[in-house]
Amino acid sequence: MALDTLFDSLVELLARNGLITAFLFVGLVLALSNWLSKVVTRGQVHGSAVAIAAGLVLAYFGGVATGGSKGLADVGLFAGVGLLGGAMFRDFAIVATAYGADLGALRQAGWVGALSVVIGVVLSFVVGAAVAVAFGFTDPIAVTTIGAGAATYIVGPVTGTALGASSDVVALSVAAGLTKSILVMIGTPLVAKRIGLDNAHSALIYGGLMGTTSGVAAGLAATDPKLVPYGAMTATFYTGVGCLLGPSVLYFLVAAIL
Amino acid sequence: MVVYGVALLAACYLIGVIAGDALGALIGVQANVGGVGIAMLLLLLVSNSTSIKLQLGEATASGITFWSAMYIPIVIAMAAKQNVVAAVSSGWMAVVAGTLAVLVSFALIPVLSRLGRGAPKV
Repeated sequence: MALDTLFDSLVELLARNGLITAFLFVGLVLALSNWLSKVVTRGQVHGSAVAIAAGLVLAYFGGVATGGSKGLADVGLFAGVGLLGGAMFRDFAIVATAYGADLGALRQAGWVGALSVVIGVVLSFVVGAAVAVAFGFTDPIAVTTIGAGAATYIVGPVTGTALGASSDVVALSVAAGLTKSILVMIGTPLVAKRIGLDNAHSALIYGGLMGTTSGVAAGLAATDPKLVPYGAMTATFYTGVGCLLGPSVLYFLVAAIL
Repeated sequence: MVVYGVALLAACYLIGVIAGDALGALIGVQANVGGVGIAMLLLLLVSNSTSIKLQLGEATASGITFWSAMYIPIVIAMAAKQNVVAAVSSGWMAVVAGTLAVLVSFALIPVLSRLGRGAPKV
């Protein structure tokens, strides 16, 4: 009985100091992951890749346990993980990675980087829209929204809201975007060598084509942290371009075809 | 002082995000257009300009490099707060759409990389 109260007050204390608890939590996850990387995979799989995968698995269990939408962060004890892993800290740290980045590499890839953003948005959209049609959707608004969701899980709802899509279609578009971002996190280190993702130039193009900020952030972190600023730079323009094209040009295109 | 570096980083971040919001409003989309990218460019320019570089002492720089090093831990926290359940339980269509989008985009990276390299350097 006394042990129970002690435990409860400990949990309460950790929850009250959420952000600090999150620092400790992430440190422990990373330490364990680096150890697993060394011992189990003999350094073949990067420690941060293991840690990101572990984070996703924990997010799954957190979501199952609470029924919430913020993964592990919905568990009271780990609420600080939500703050640490939220957009504010993520973007602040991404900006910091630009310190010491090579300005020359950026200049050189400038126009291909910009081109890759537009191609990336249109490509993902077309794939997503085609899948929607293949699964029997015929309403142009629904097809456009799902296609936009395949770009990122922000472009989907923004486009859907602008066009007046139903909420279940918007939910589907978010799910498509989530699948994309999670797959980019896990898949990038696995395919990096094959697609030539080992220099600043290809990282810029990678960021522009993938576009999901969280996916790109985690994918590059797990592949080679030195590439982060280049991929992140182009990726940050992707969602904006997607929100611009989705409810306008791309919707008109879909409406004209269907 | 270390806090000068953190403050400089914060200034770049905020200016970038404000500019990104303004850009979004200007072209009429409900999103921040490249705010973080603009902030990164700002920090790059500031840290590369020789006059300011001279004044960025080691301690000041460590205020920025600390946050750069915290990037991976933050990304792990980010992974742990994703809505993984929604992604895996939404049915096949969303999973197929997301997966194909990723595969096609991956495939195009080597193509575009070559395109950029073949071009004359400016």
